[in-house]
Amino acid sequence: MILLVDLCIEKDSLSKYEFVHPIADTLERSGFSVEIWHYSELARLMPEKFDKIILCGTALKDNYYAEHINSFFWIKCCSTPVLGICAGMQVIGSVFGGRIVSQQAIGLEAIEIIRASALLGEPRTIEGYHLHNFGVTLPDDFLLLAGCDEHAEAFKHKILPIYGIIFHPEVRNRWILEHFANL
Amino acid sequence: MKLGVLFSGGKDSVFATYRAMQKNQVACLITLISQNPDSYMFHTPNIQRTSLQAEAIGLPLLSWPTLGEKEKELEDLAAAIADARDEYGIQGVVSGAIESVYQAVRTQRICKALDLWCFNPLWQINQVDYLRLLLSEGFQVIITGVFAYPFDASWLGQELTLECICRLEELWKRYKVSPSGEGGELETMVLDGPIFQKRLEILRSSRSYCNFSGRLFIEEMRLVDK
Repeated sequence: MILLVDLCIEKDSLSKYEFVHPIADTLERSGFSVEIWHYSELARLMPEKFDKIILCGTALKDNYYAEHINSFFWIKCCSTPVLGICAGMQVIGSVFGGRIVSQQAIGLEAIEIIRASALLGEPRTIEGYHLHNFGVTLPDDFLLLAGCDEHAEAFKHKILPIYGIIFHPEVRNRWILEHFANL
Repeated sequence: MKLGVLFSGGKDSVFATYRAMQKNQVACLITLISQNPDSYMFHTPNIQRTSLQAEAIGLPLLSWPTLGEKEKELEDLAAAIADARDEYGIQGVVSGAIESVYQAVRTQRICKALDLWCFNPLWQINQVDYLRLLLSEGFQVIITGVFAYPFDASWLGQELTLECICRLEELWKRYKVSPSGEGGELETMVLDGPIFQKRLEILRSSRSYCNFSGRLFIEEMRLVDK
Protein backbone atom coordinates (compact mmCIF):
# COMPACT_ATOMS: atom_id res chain seq x y z
CA MET A 1 0.00 0.00 0.00
CA ILE A 2 1.37 3.40 -1.01
CA LEU A 3 0.46 6.47 1.06
CA LEU A 4 -0.18 9.62 -0.98
CA VAL A 5 0.05 12.73 1.15
CA ASP A 6 -2.05 15.63 -0.12
CA LEU A 7 -0.15 18.87 0.61
CA CYS A 8 -2.84 21.20 -0.78
CA ILE A 9 -4.22 24.07 1.24
CA GLU A 10 -7.08 22.05 2.73
CA LYS A 11 -8.52 18.56 2.69
CA ASP A 12 -10.49 17.69 -0.46
CA SER A 13 -9.62 20.96 -2.21
CA LEU A 14 -10.22 21.58 -5.91
CA SER A 15 -6.45 21.17 -6.40
CA LYS A 16 -6.58 17.54 -5.27
CA TYR A 17 -7.91 16.58 -8.71
CA GLU A 18 -4.84 18.15 -10.28
CA PHE A 19 -1.98 17.18 -7.97
CA VAL A 20 -3.05 13.99 -6.19
CA HIS A 21 -5.49 12.10 -8.42
CA PRO A 22 -3.09 11.80 -11.41
CA ILE A 23 -0.47 10.22 -9.11
CA ALA A 24 -3.05 7.81 -7.69
CA ASP A 25 -4.33 6.95 -11.16
CA THR A 26 -0.82 6.25 -12.48
CA LEU A 27 0.03 3.93 -9.61
CA GLU A 28 -3.31 2.12 -9.63
CA ARG A 29 -3.03 1.48 -13.36
CA SER A 30 0.39 -0.06 -12.68
CA GLY A 31 -1.18 -2.44 -10.16
CA PHE A 32 -0.39 -0.65 -6.88
CA SER A 33 -2.88 0.17 -4.14
CA VAL A 34 -2.92 3.70 -2.76
CA GLU A 35 -4.42 5.51 0.19
CA ILE A 36 -4.75 9.30 0.20
CA TRP A 37 -4.49 11.41 3.34
CA HIS A 38 -4.24 15.16 3.80
CA TYR A 39 -1.09 16.27 5.65
CA SER A 40 -3.20 17.77 8.43
CA GLU A 41 -4.40 14.24 9.26
CA LEU A 42 -1.01 12.56 9.52
CA ALA A 43 -0.95 12.75 13.31
CA ARG A 44 -3.70 10.12 13.26
CA LEU A 45 -1.63 7.82 11.08
CA MET A 46 1.56 5.85 11.35
CA PRO A 47 3.06 6.67 7.94
CA GLU A 48 5.71 3.98 8.52
CA LYS A 49 3.09 1.25 8.22
CA PHE A 50 2.87 1.93 4.46
CA ASP A 51 5.21 0.37 1.88
CA LYS A 52 6.00 3.71 0.25
CA ILE A 53 5.08 7.35 0.82
CA ILE A 54 4.66 10.10 -1.77
CA LEU A 55 4.29 13.76 -0.83
CA CYS A 56 2.37 15.35 -3.72
CA GLY A 57 2.62 18.83 -5.22
CA THR A 58 0.36 21.85 -4.88
CA ALA A 59 -0.99 24.73 -6.95
CA LEU A 60 1.47 27.48 -7.87
CA LYS A 61 -0.06 29.88 -5.36
CA ASP A 62 -0.40 27.31 -2.59
CA ASN A 63 2.56 27.46 -0.23
CA TYR A 64 0.71 26.87 3.04
CA TYR A 65 2.55 23.57 3.62
CA ALA A 66 5.70 25.61 4.21
CA GLU A 67 4.08 27.07 7.33
CA HIS A 68 3.52 23.58 8.71
CA ILE A 69 6.90 21.92 8.30
CA ASN A 70 6.58 20.64 11.88
CA SER A 71 3.91 18.24 10.59
CA PHE A 72 6.61 16.41 8.62
CA PHE A 73 9.45 15.80 11.06
CA TRP A 74 8.48 12.13 11.22
CA ILE A 75 10.27 11.82 7.83
CA LYS A 76 13.64 12.14 9.64
CA CYS A 77 13.13 8.82 11.38
CA CYS A 78 11.30 7.10 8.55
CA SER A 79 12.79 3.93 7.09
CA THR A 80 9.99 3.66 4.51
CA PRO A 81 10.91 5.00 1.04
CA VAL A 82 9.63 8.56 0.60
CA LEU A 83 9.31 10.58 -2.61
CA GLY A 84 8.56 14.29 -2.49
CA ILE A 85 7.19 15.94 -5.61
CA CYS A 86 7.62 19.72 -6.01
CA ALA A 87 6.11 21.00 -2.74
CA GLY A 88 6.92 17.56 -1.32
CA MET A 89 10.59 17.98 -2.25
CA GLN A 90 10.62 21.39 -0.56
CA VAL A 91 9.16 19.81 2.59
CA ILE A 92 11.78 17.03 2.62
CA GLY A 93 14.61 19.48 2.01
CA SER A 94 13.34 21.79 4.73
CA VAL A 95 12.96 18.95 7.27
CA PHE A 96 16.60 17.99 6.70
CA GLY A 97 17.96 21.52 7.02
CA GLY A 98 17.67 22.92 3.48
CA ARG A 99 16.14 26.33 2.81
CA ILE A 100 13.02 26.94 0.73
CA VAL A 101 14.10 29.64 -1.74
CA SER A 102 12.42 31.68 -4.46
CA GLN A 103 12.82 29.78 -7.72
CA GLN A 104 10.21 30.02 -10.44
CA ALA A 105 9.50 27.66 -13.32
CA ILE A 106 6.36 27.03 -15.36
CA GLY A 107 6.30 24.58 -18.26
CA LEU A 108 8.49 21.98 -19.92
CA GLU A 109 12.22 22.33 -19.33
CA ALA A 110 15.27 20.16 -19.91
CA ILE A 111 16.45 18.28 -16.81
CA GLU A 112 20.02 17.06 -16.64
CA ILE A 113 20.31 13.85 -14.65
CA ILE A 114 23.89 13.93 -13.33
CA ARG A 115 24.02 10.87 -11.07
CA ALA A 116 22.70 7.34 -11.61
CA SER A 117 19.95 6.25 -9.22
CA ALA A 118 17.23 3.64 -8.93
CA LEU A 119 14.67 6.43 -9.30
CA LEU A 120 15.86 8.28 -12.40
CA GLY A 121 18.21 5.77 -14.02
CA GLU A 122 21.45 6.66 -15.79
CA PRO A 123 22.73 10.21 -16.37
CA ARG A 124 21.09 11.82 -19.40
CA THR A 125 18.82 14.73 -20.26
CA ILE A 126 15.03 14.42 -20.04
CA GLU A 127 12.22 16.95 -20.38
CA GLY A 128 9.95 17.58 -17.40
CA TYR A 129 6.95 19.70 -16.47
CA HIS A 130 7.64 22.37 -13.87
CA LEU A 131 5.14 24.37 -11.85
CA HIS A 132 6.70 26.06 -8.86
CA ASN A 133 7.48 29.44 -7.32
CA PHE A 134 9.95 27.95 -4.85
CA GLY A 135 12.73 25.38 -4.75
CA VAL A 136 14.90 24.09 -1.93
CA THR A 137 18.63 24.13 -1.31
CA LEU A 138 20.44 20.79 -1.08
CA PRO A 139 20.61 19.62 2.56
CA ASP A 140 23.98 18.36 3.86
CA ASP A 141 22.98 14.70 3.96
CA PHE A 142 21.67 14.63 0.38
CA LEU A 143 23.16 13.89 -3.03
CA LEU A 144 22.16 15.87 -6.10
CA LEU A 145 20.65 13.55 -8.74
CA ALA A 146 19.60 16.14 -11.33
CA GLY A 147 20.05 19.85 -11.95
CA CYS A 148 22.73 21.97 -10.30
CA ASP A 149 23.50 23.29 -6.82
CA GLU A 150 21.61 26.51 -7.52
CA HIS A 151 18.59 24.71 -8.94
CA ALA A 152 18.19 21.19 -7.57
CA GLU A 153 15.87 19.20 -9.86
CA ALA A 154 16.18 15.94 -7.90
CA PHE A 155 17.98 14.73 -4.81
CA LYS A 156 18.38 11.64 -2.63
CA HIS A 157 19.35 11.17 0.99
CA LYS A 158 22.86 9.71 1.26
CA ILE A 159 21.67 6.73 3.31
CA LEU A 160 17.89 6.67 3.64
CA PRO A 161 15.58 5.87 0.67
CA ILE A 162 14.26 9.43 0.59
CA TYR A 163 13.98 11.23 -2.76
CA GLY A 164 12.79 14.60 -3.99
CA ILE A 165 12.00 15.89 -7.48
CA ILE A 166 10.96 19.46 -8.19
CA PHE A 167 9.21 18.67 -11.50
CA HIS A 168 5.88 16.85 -11.91
CA PRO A 169 6.34 13.23 -13.06
CA GLU A 170 2.60 12.80 -13.66
CA VAL A 171 3.10 14.87 -16.82
CA ARG A 172 5.09 12.92 -19.44
CA ASN A 173 7.32 11.11 -16.92
CA ARG A 174 4.99 8.65 -15.22
CA TRP A 175 7.73 6.02 -15.38
CA ILE A 176 9.39 7.79 -12.44
CA LEU A 177 6.38 6.99 -10.25
CA GLU A 178 6.52 3.35 -11.36
CA HIS A 179 10.26 3.22 -10.60
CA PHE A 180 9.62 4.57 -7.12
CA ALA A 181 6.74 2.16 -6.50
CA ASN A 182 9.01 -0.72 -7.52
CA LEU A 183 11.97 0.29 -5.33
CA MET B 1 -12.90 31.25 -2.79
CA LYS B 2 -14.60 33.04 -5.71
CA LEU B 3 -13.64 31.55 -9.05
CA GLY B 4 -14.08 32.32 -12.73
CA VAL B 5 -14.22 29.41 -15.17
CA LEU B 6 -12.79 29.62 -18.69
CA PHE B 7 -15.92 28.49 -20.46
CA SER B 8 -16.41 27.30 -24.03
CA GLY B 9 -19.63 25.37 -23.54
CA GLY B 10 -17.88 22.12 -24.44
CA LYS B 11 -17.76 19.11 -22.14
CA ASP B 12 -14.40 19.93 -20.53
CA SER B 13 -15.19 23.46 -19.41
CA VAL B 14 -18.68 22.44 -18.28
CA PHE B 15 -17.33 19.53 -16.24
CA ALA B 16 -14.62 21.79 -14.79
CA THR B 17 -17.42 24.19 -13.80
CA TYR B 18 -19.26 21.29 -12.16
CA ARG B 19 -16.23 20.28 -10.10
CA ALA B 20 -15.46 23.89 -9.18
CA MET B 21 -19.07 24.42 -8.01
CA GLN B 22 -18.77 21.37 -5.75
CA LYS B 23 -15.72 22.80 -3.95
CA ASN B 24 -15.88 26.61 -4.26
CA GLN B 25 -18.07 29.50 -5.36
CA VAL B 26 -18.11 30.04 -9.11
CA ALA B 27 -18.70 33.78 -9.51
CA CYS B 28 -18.70 33.91 -13.31
CA LEU B 29 -18.00 32.09 -16.54
CA ILE B 30 -15.49 33.66 -18.94
CA THR B 31 -15.79 33.11 -22.69
CA LEU B 32 -13.36 34.28 -25.34
CA ILE B 33 -15.20 34.83 -28.61
CA SER B 34 -12.51 34.04 -31.17
CA GLN B 35 -12.81 35.12 -34.79
CA ASN B 36 -10.21 32.53 -35.76
CA PRO B 37 -11.83 29.11 -36.33
CA ASP B 38 -8.38 27.48 -35.94
CA SER B 39 -7.49 29.12 -32.63
CA TYR B 40 -4.82 27.29 -30.60
CA MET B 41 -6.39 28.32 -27.31
CA PHE B 42 -10.13 28.70 -27.74
CA HIS B 43 -13.03 26.50 -28.74
CA THR B 44 -14.90 28.14 -31.62
CA PRO B 45 -17.94 26.17 -32.93
CA ASN B 46 -21.13 27.70 -31.57
CA ILE B 47 -19.22 29.80 -29.06
CA GLN B 48 -21.99 32.42 -29.17
CA ARG B 49 -24.29 29.84 -27.57
CA THR B 50 -22.41 30.01 -24.27
CA SER B 51 -24.74 32.83 -23.18
CA LEU B 52 -27.70 30.46 -23.26
CA GLN B 53 -25.70 27.76 -21.45
CA ALA B 54 -24.70 30.25 -18.75
CA GLU B 55 -28.36 31.19 -18.37
CA ALA B 56 -29.28 27.51 -18.11
CA ILE B 57 -26.68 27.01 -15.37
CA GLY B 58 -27.64 30.26 -13.66
CA LEU B 59 -24.21 31.94 -13.71
CA PRO B 60 -23.16 35.31 -15.14
CA LEU B 61 -21.11 35.20 -18.34
CA LEU B 62 -18.28 37.54 -19.22
CA SER B 63 -17.77 37.49 -23.01
CA TRP B 64 -14.57 38.91 -24.44
CA PRO B 65 -13.74 39.30 -28.14
CA THR B 66 -10.43 38.18 -29.62
CA LEU B 67 -9.09 38.06 -33.16
CA GLY B 68 -7.62 34.69 -32.23
CA GLU B 69 -4.11 35.44 -33.44
CA LYS B 70 -1.55 33.08 -31.90
CA GLU B 71 0.03 34.52 -28.72
CA LYS B 72 -1.84 37.85 -29.12
CA GLU B 73 -5.00 36.01 -28.10
CA LEU B 74 -3.26 35.41 -24.78
CA GLU B 75 -3.25 39.15 -24.14
CA ASP B 76 -6.99 39.09 -24.75
CA LEU B 77 -7.37 36.18 -22.32
CA ALA B 78 -5.39 38.07 -19.69
CA ALA B 79 -7.57 41.16 -20.23
CA ALA B 80 -10.75 39.08 -19.89
CA ILE B 81 -9.54 37.46 -16.66
CA ALA B 82 -8.46 40.83 -15.26
CA ASP B 83 -11.92 42.19 -16.07
CA ALA B 84 -13.54 39.21 -14.31
CA ARG B 85 -11.34 39.86 -11.27
CA ASP B 86 -12.39 43.51 -11.17
CA GLU B 87 -16.08 42.93 -11.92
CA TYR B 88 -16.76 39.71 -9.98
CA GLY B 89 -13.94 39.70 -7.43
CA ILE B 90 -12.60 36.33 -8.52
CA GLN B 91 -9.53 35.04 -6.67
CA GLY B 92 -8.84 32.17 -9.04
CA VAL B 93 -9.38 30.76 -12.52
CA VAL B 94 -10.52 27.27 -13.51
CA SER B 95 -9.77 25.63 -16.84
CA GLY B 96 -10.82 22.34 -18.41
CA ALA B 97 -7.33 21.49 -19.67
CA ILE B 98 -6.64 17.73 -19.69
CA GLU B 99 -3.39 17.08 -21.53
CA SER B 100 -2.48 20.30 -23.30
CA VAL B 101 0.69 21.67 -21.75
CA TYR B 102 0.45 24.54 -24.26
CA GLN B 103 -2.89 25.70 -22.83
CA ALA B 104 -2.11 24.91 -19.21
CA VAL B 105 1.22 26.74 -19.17
CA ARG B 106 -0.24 29.85 -20.71
CA THR B 107 -3.17 29.94 -18.30
CA GLN B 108 -0.82 29.38 -15.35
CA ARG B 109 1.41 32.25 -16.47
CA ILE B 110 -1.51 34.63 -16.86
CA CYS B 111 -2.84 33.71 -13.41
CA LYS B 112 0.59 34.20 -11.88
CA ALA B 113 0.91 37.64 -13.51
CA LEU B 114 -2.52 38.59 -12.13
CA ASP B 115 -1.81 37.04 -8.69
CA LEU B 116 -4.71 34.59 -9.05
CA TRP B 117 -5.05 30.91 -8.19
CA CYS B 118 -5.20 28.52 -11.12
CA PHE B 119 -7.12 25.23 -11.03
CA ASN B 120 -7.23 22.46 -13.65
CA PRO B 121 -9.56 19.84 -12.15
CA LEU B 122 -9.44 17.55 -15.20
CA TRP B 123 -5.64 17.64 -15.50
CA GLN B 124 -4.17 14.30 -16.68
CA ILE B 125 -7.49 12.50 -16.15
CA ASN B 126 -7.85 9.18 -18.00
CA GLN B 127 -9.84 10.23 -21.04
CA VAL B 128 -12.02 7.16 -21.53
CA ASP B 129 -12.87 7.00 -17.82
CA TYR B 130 -13.68 10.69 -17.98
CA LEU B 131 -16.11 10.25 -20.88
CA ARG B 132 -17.89 7.52 -18.92
CA LEU B 133 -17.95 9.79 -15.87
CA LEU B 134 -19.66 12.51 -17.89
CA LEU B 135 -22.47 10.08 -18.67
CA SER B 136 -22.76 8.63 -15.19
CA GLU B 137 -22.96 12.14 -13.72
CA GLY B 138 -25.83 12.95 -16.07
CA PHE B 139 -24.35 15.26 -18.69
CA GLN B 140 -25.88 15.36 -22.17
CA VAL B 141 -23.09 16.05 -24.66
CA ILE B 142 -23.23 16.30 -28.45
CA ILE B 143 -20.42 16.45 -30.98
CA THR B 144 -20.36 19.79 -32.79
CA GLY B 145 -17.08 19.53 -34.66
CA VAL B 146 -14.77 16.91 -36.14
CA PHE B 147 -11.29 17.80 -37.35
CA ALA B 148 -9.34 14.61 -37.98
CA TYR B 149 -9.24 11.33 -39.86
CA PRO B 150 -11.27 9.04 -39.68
CA PHE B 151 -14.27 11.07 -38.46
CA ASP B 152 -17.02 11.24 -41.06
CA ALA B 153 -20.06 13.53 -41.20
CA SER B 154 -22.19 11.06 -39.24
CA TRP B 155 -20.40 12.10 -36.05
CA LEU B 156 -21.76 15.65 -36.25
CA GLY B 157 -24.69 16.11 -33.88
CA GLN B 158 -24.19 12.65 -32.38
CA GLU B 159 -24.86 12.38 -28.67
CA LEU B 160 -22.16 10.96 -26.42
CA THR B 161 -23.37 7.50 -25.39
CA LEU B 162 -21.63 4.40 -24.06
CA GLU B 163 -21.60 3.00 -27.59
CA CYS B 164 -20.07 6.22 -28.89
CA ILE B 165 -17.38 6.07 -26.17
CA CYS B 166 -16.53 2.49 -27.21
CA ARG B 167 -16.12 3.65 -30.81
CA LEU B 168 -13.90 6.53 -29.68
CA GLU B 169 -11.83 4.10 -27.63
CA GLU B 170 -11.37 1.90 -30.71
CA LEU B 171 -10.28 4.91 -32.79
CA TRP B 172 -7.80 5.82 -30.08
CA LYS B 173 -6.27 2.34 -30.16
CA ARG B 174 -6.22 2.19 -33.95
CA TYR B 175 -5.40 5.76 -34.99
CA LYS B 176 -4.16 7.41 -31.76
CA VAL B 177 -7.04 9.87 -31.92
CA SER B 178 -7.49 11.41 -28.46
CA PRO B 179 -10.81 9.98 -27.13
CA SER B 180 -11.85 13.27 -25.59
CA GLY B 181 -10.64 15.32 -28.55
CA GLU B 182 -7.87 16.90 -26.50
CA GLY B 183 -5.72 17.17 -29.61
CA GLY B 184 -8.38 19.24 -31.35
CA GLU B 185 -9.91 16.22 -33.11
CA LEU B 186 -13.38 16.85 -31.68
CA GLU B 187 -15.43 19.71 -30.32
CA THR B 188 -18.51 19.21 -28.18
CA MET B 189 -21.41 21.10 -26.64
CA VAL B 190 -23.23 20.32 -23.41
CA LEU B 191 -27.02 20.54 -23.50
CA ASP B 192 -27.86 19.36 -19.99
CA GLY B 193 -26.30 18.21 -16.76
CA PRO B 194 -26.59 18.25 -12.98
CA ILE B 195 -25.64 21.95 -12.75
CA PHE B 196 -28.17 22.95 -15.42
CA GLN B 197 -31.36 24.47 -14.01
CA LYS B 198 -32.87 24.23 -17.52
CA ARG B 199 -31.83 22.09 -20.44
CA LEU B 200 -31.03 23.28 -23.95
CA GLU B 201 -32.99 22.15 -26.97
CA ILE B 202 -31.71 22.56 -30.52
CA LEU B 203 -34.46 23.75 -32.85
CA ARG B 204 -32.53 24.27 -36.06
CA SER B 205 -29.01 23.39 -37.17
CA SER B 206 -26.93 22.87 -40.30
CA ARG B 207 -23.70 21.06 -41.14
CA SER B 208 -20.62 21.63 -43.21
CA TYR B 209 -18.22 18.76 -43.84
CA CYS B 210 -15.31 18.17 -46.18
CA ASN B 211 -12.26 15.93 -46.01
CA PHE B 212 -12.52 14.81 -42.36
CA SER B 213 -13.30 18.29 -41.11
CA GLY B 214 -16.80 19.39 -40.28
CA ARG B 215 -18.95 21.54 -38.04
CA LEU B 216 -22.48 21.47 -36.72
CA PHE B 217 -23.83 25.02 -36.69
CA ILE B 218 -26.59 25.53 -34.16
CA GLU B 219 -28.81 28.19 -35.64
CA GLU B 220 -31.66 28.20 -33.16
CA MET B 221 -31.99 26.77 -29.68
CA ARG B 222 -34.04 27.41 -26.56
CA LEU B 223 -34.15 26.73 -22.85
CA VAL B 224 -36.59 24.07 -21.66
CA ASP B 225 -37.77 23.48 -18.08
CA LYS B 226 -36.52 20.23 -16.51
